[in-house]
Amino acid sequence: MADLYSNNYLIVAIFFILGLALPIGALTAGRFLRPNNPIAEKRTTYESGMEPIGGSWVQFNVKYYIYALLFVVFDVETIFLYPWAVAYDQLGLFALVEMLIFVTLLVIGLIYAWKKKVLEWD
Amino acid sequence: MSQFLAQPLGWGTGLIFALSAVVLLGVVLGFVTYAIYFERKVVGWVQFRHGPTRTGPLGLLQTVADVLKLLLKEDIIPALADKPLFVLAPLIAFVPSFAVLATLPFTESIHFADLGIGLLYYIAVSGITTLGSLCGAWAANNKYSIIGGMRAAAQMISYEIPLIMSLVGVILMTGSLNLIDIVNKQAEMGMWFFIPQILGFGIFIIASLAELSRTPFDIVEAESELVAGHMTEYSGFRYAFFMLAEYVYVFGMASITTLVFLGGWLPPFEFLGFIPGIVWFILKFSFMVFFYMWLRATFPRMRADQLMQLGWKVLLPLSLVNIFVTALLKELL
Repeated sequence: MADLYSNNYLIVAIFFILGLALPIGALTAGRFLRPNNPIAEKRTTYESGMEPIGGSWVQFNVKYYIYALLFVVFDVETIFLYPWAVAYDQLGLFALVEMLIFVTLLVIGLIYAWKKKVLEWD
Repeated sequence: MSQFLAQPLGWGTGLIFALSAVVLLGVVLGFVTYAIYFERKVVGWVQFRHGPTRTGPLGLLQTVADVLKLLLKEDIIPALADKPLFVLAPLIAFVPSFAVLATLPFTESIHFADLGIGLLYYIAVSGITTLGSLCGAWAANNKYSIIGGMRAAAQMISYEIPLIMSLVGVILMTGSLNLIDIVNKQAEMGMWFFIPQILGFGIFIIASLAELSRTPFDIVEAESELVAGHMTEYSGFRYAFFMLAEYVYVFGMASITTLVFLGGWLPPFEFLGFIPGIVWFILKFSFMVFFYMWLRATFPRMRADQLMQLGWKVLLPLSLVNIFVTALLKELL
């Protein structure tokens, strides 16, 4: 049984290593095949053929961060939902009511965000 | 595979695991090559064109030629880019896309890691790719890239929630996260999960299209307005790995949809059981891949604001309703 467990995760590790080996191998092989002639014009940033105006590392619209916060709230919720769903057969009605209360609390947050027009995009 | 997994680890079994992973990598690369070819063909046929015909018989070598061309392209890193992150980003995007395949069973005997948490592993690891595209977008220091990367991140995280939650209904009915258990449960019930979980299935399909950033949810790349978004400054093989990651996810997502909602390797009727399971798997899987191409040829692109509203205001509440309706029905029946 312990073998089964460790072997399963060994395969996962093999997949990760192979996933790393393919790009590293291909890019290393490409190093010998591709030309290398970096001149200043080639290395400018693309901006529809014009000289780039200003940098791109600027402060970004705050909307994106609010979406990220909402995401964290609901993603953590799913961490609770998954084990609950797996063990639901043993837990029964009591667990259903408890989960309903928990989700309702978070949905109130979603409704608040909705009313505050956070989900609007303009 | 099961008997090898149960054996203690030695050089022999270790070699078999490594070789089987290499074989799958070969299969996936072959799939990606011909998925791109068929995508161009199918979209061509829908629009009364021929698609690629010149390279090799029927244009069959078109993608091979494209990949070889990319291999020979100069590797240009913009002077203003953040070089270490720029180099790292395609790796962050590609590695999880291949690693998620470790948990997929193709039939009861042809599978790789038989993880107890298979479905959770898939969802969790596939989320890392967003980080790769965001890193690449930021590192490129290009305005199109940063807009595309931010949109990509916002879209991915918004649709990941309904995607994960639409699966909770299936987990409630199965009581396991193991993908083989999920298929066996469908065999036991005598129907595939897309019938009892029709709402979850609909949400899953829509959210998975958004996760794959395919039409109608391809504002991430939006070639006509963002010049390929986070990939604008990438060229040569670094660009190829972003594209490869995208198509490997098509493989993964079509497999997951087949396994979880369409009965995996199960035949549609009992009397067709003499046909081996792998054939059924490939048929359903191919249908899903064709479905993605079909949508691409048919639908226009959604606007960024409509997209976010659909995710948060429609799909998220519906997937929560789906969870509690399923749990309640389970309690009553």
